Amino acid sequence: MIFIMTILNTKKIKTSLRLPLLIIIMLSVSACSTAPKINGDVADIAYFDGARINNTDGQYGPREISDPWEGFNRTMYRFNYRVDKYVFLPVVAGYKAVTPDIVESGIHNFFNNIREISTLYNSVFQLNFTKTYQTTGRFITNTTVGLLGLIDVASYVGIPKHQEDFGQTMGYWGVSGGPYLVLPFLGPSTLRDGVGGFVDSTAIATLRDELDMKPWEEATWSVLDAVDTRANVPFRYYETGSPFEYEMIRGLWLMQRKMQIEK
Amino acid sequence: MWKVFHLLFAILLSTYGWADVEEYDFPTIDPVYSKYEATVIGTLPQVAAKLPKENPLKTESILIFKDRVVPEVFFFDEEMRYSQALQNNKSPLIFLIAGTGASHDGSKNVEMAKAFYNEGFHVVSLSSPTFMNFIVSASKTSVPGHAIQDAEDLYRSMEMIWAQLQEDIEVTDFFITGYSLGGFNTAFITSLDETKQSFNFKKALLINPPVSLYNSTSLLDRMAGNIPGGADNSHQFMNNLLEEVSRVYRDSPSVDMNEEFLFNAYKAVDPNNEELAALVGLSFRVSSASMIYTSDIMTNSGYIVPKNVSVTPNTNLAEYMITAHEIGFTDYFHSFFYPYHKKHSKKMRKGEYIKMMSLYSLEDYLKSSTKIEVIHNQDDIILEPGEIDFFPRVFGNRAKIYPKGGHCGNMSHRDNVAHMLSVFTSEGGK
Repeated sequence: MIFIMTILNTKKIKTSLRLPLLIIIMLSVSACSTAPKINGDVADIAYFDGARINNTDGQYGPREISDPWEGFNRTMYRFNYRVDKYVFLPVVAGYKAVTPDIVESGIHNFFNNIREISTLYNSVFQLNFTKTYQTTGRFITNTTVGLLGLIDVASYVGIPKHQEDFGQTMGYWGVSGGPYLVLPFLGPSTLRDGVGGFVDSTAIATLRDELDMKPWEEATWSVLDAVDTRANVPFRYYETGSPFEYEMIRGLWLMQRKMQIEK
Repeated sequence: MWKVFHLLFAILLSTYGWADVEEYDFPTIDPVYSKYEATVIGTLPQVAAKLPKENPLKTESILIFKDRVVPEVFFFDEEMRYSQALQNNKSPLIFLIAGTGASHDGSKNVEMAKAFYNEGFHVVSLSSPTFMNFIVSASKTSVPGHAIQDAEDLYRSMEMIWAQLQEDIEVTDFFITGYSLGGFNTAFITSLDETKQSFNFKKALLINPPVSLYNSTSLLDRMAGNIPGGADNSHQFMNNLLEEVSRVYRDSPSVDMNEEFLFNAYKAVDPNNEELAALVGLSFRVSSASMIYTSDIMTNSGYIVPKNVSVTPNTNLAEYMITAHEIGFTDYFHSFFYPYHKKHSKKMRKGEYIKMMSLYSLEDYLKSSTKIEVIHNQDDIILEPGEIDFFPRVFGNRAKIYPKGGHCGNMSHRDNVAHMLSVFTSEGGK
């Protein structure tokens, strides 16, 4: 959904090459040690020594979560902070400054309507009749009466909105999340959800190919999609005021995914 | 005609203190009022002040200490972040100081900023000296909680921000306010301003400040420890709570976690006072954990991270994080703050520090200075029994005490917002 997908979605790269390429990009950032540096042979004992505290810390606590790629993930987390600070946020700020609010919400509705497609086929995959027909209703209503999705008529008339993606579908059928994974540009994920996101974006890109758009139109689409996505996420890296932000975001994100899958 | 009569009657009544108390309408989700629920949930929409939807604040940052070498792990906090909302014409300027562990763009500061900006003030909003970014970038010692030094740190930042701003805007007069610990900071800043005179604040308002920092933080520590089933049960407690919330989310008609969902989740979980108090305590515990760990890294005190160990940006922090959340404010005071300041600041006994870190140390000033007012609640949960009487005794009619609201729960109430604005706009104000 954001830039790495944009890059990988250009037609120059064959679909079959995209996933291996993504993995190579990721592994090229070396897995880094997650141990602290000790000055000398043995670490001193701190005033409050953590080793003395041995109670369990719950399902989403730092001791319980599987994060074997933590070194890589932390490096990616910082990389994403910089991309966000120097690319995404300035672009989003410019976008917000030049587009009138009504255009902004039109674009947002348009992409939300496109995203209904993922929700639709994933609802089918999960054999959920209610979600399937409601999402179909939303998509048809908004694409027709809502002028290709620019106006969210479906919400206005009260058709419930759902959100399903391929990661959730896999979760629904019992695939566990696998290790926590911070994706470049995209942020928190898991191995399962990273693959799921890849499937969804490929599906949408394949459908888009049917529209026979010119290259510049496709580029505009991809960039606007990315900008709209970022513009609607209020999160700012390193502004939570917690020195344990990485751990907090990890716990919250995994919890949120679990809730989404159960819904 | 009857309307006019009613209006006159209402005005007459409102001049009597008791009438206000009778009239104060502060509903809660649970039909039975609870000061803990008031603190956790805050003001319900039906009695909240009508404020603009849009947040006027824009985030800025400024380098406070040119020579400071910030540890690699805090590379993102070299500059102090703050936010501002500026008028186009010559206007009064108000500084807002956030409460414990809160940032310049936390929800309470944003709500205050909306009210003041809407009323024609330039607004400059600052984080609490206990907020991580402030400890790293703007605190001289990086060991916060020292009433006088925190005020000096804030004052220095305000002066530097103003030095930049005065090229762009015109200001009539300066004002200042803050809530919770920020209200406490406001008192000391205003007192400092009497000698430094960079701003000559015309009015200052303290909103729900603690009387004694030590007493209030001890209370909060006890709340975090009073988990149903004992302190060791805190993870079980949080897990149960999260499971309940998940269940409500699964059954809710919307995918958004909006306000309606949160109210429904609250109704479904239906926490009792004991659980609510534990939640308040735990939320302060998260703030104190961040503050203490940040301080420890900044000063290399060997408190949580051993002195000869340095964390790198990729270090797994699980053990330090767990340890930091086991420590409370009182532990911090006795085994970190006090030894540190006794060595580096002023050699005083513990009792003297505790006295200094309270409004008692400013009592004479607060009694005589008519520019300082206070808003408080009779049932604020961060005050020891009887401490609330300090305010009417010292501030006299400059103290406005509401009968309900818990700790800062009624800050968005229409009456509170109206009173807050009137302090700065009536006679002696703007």
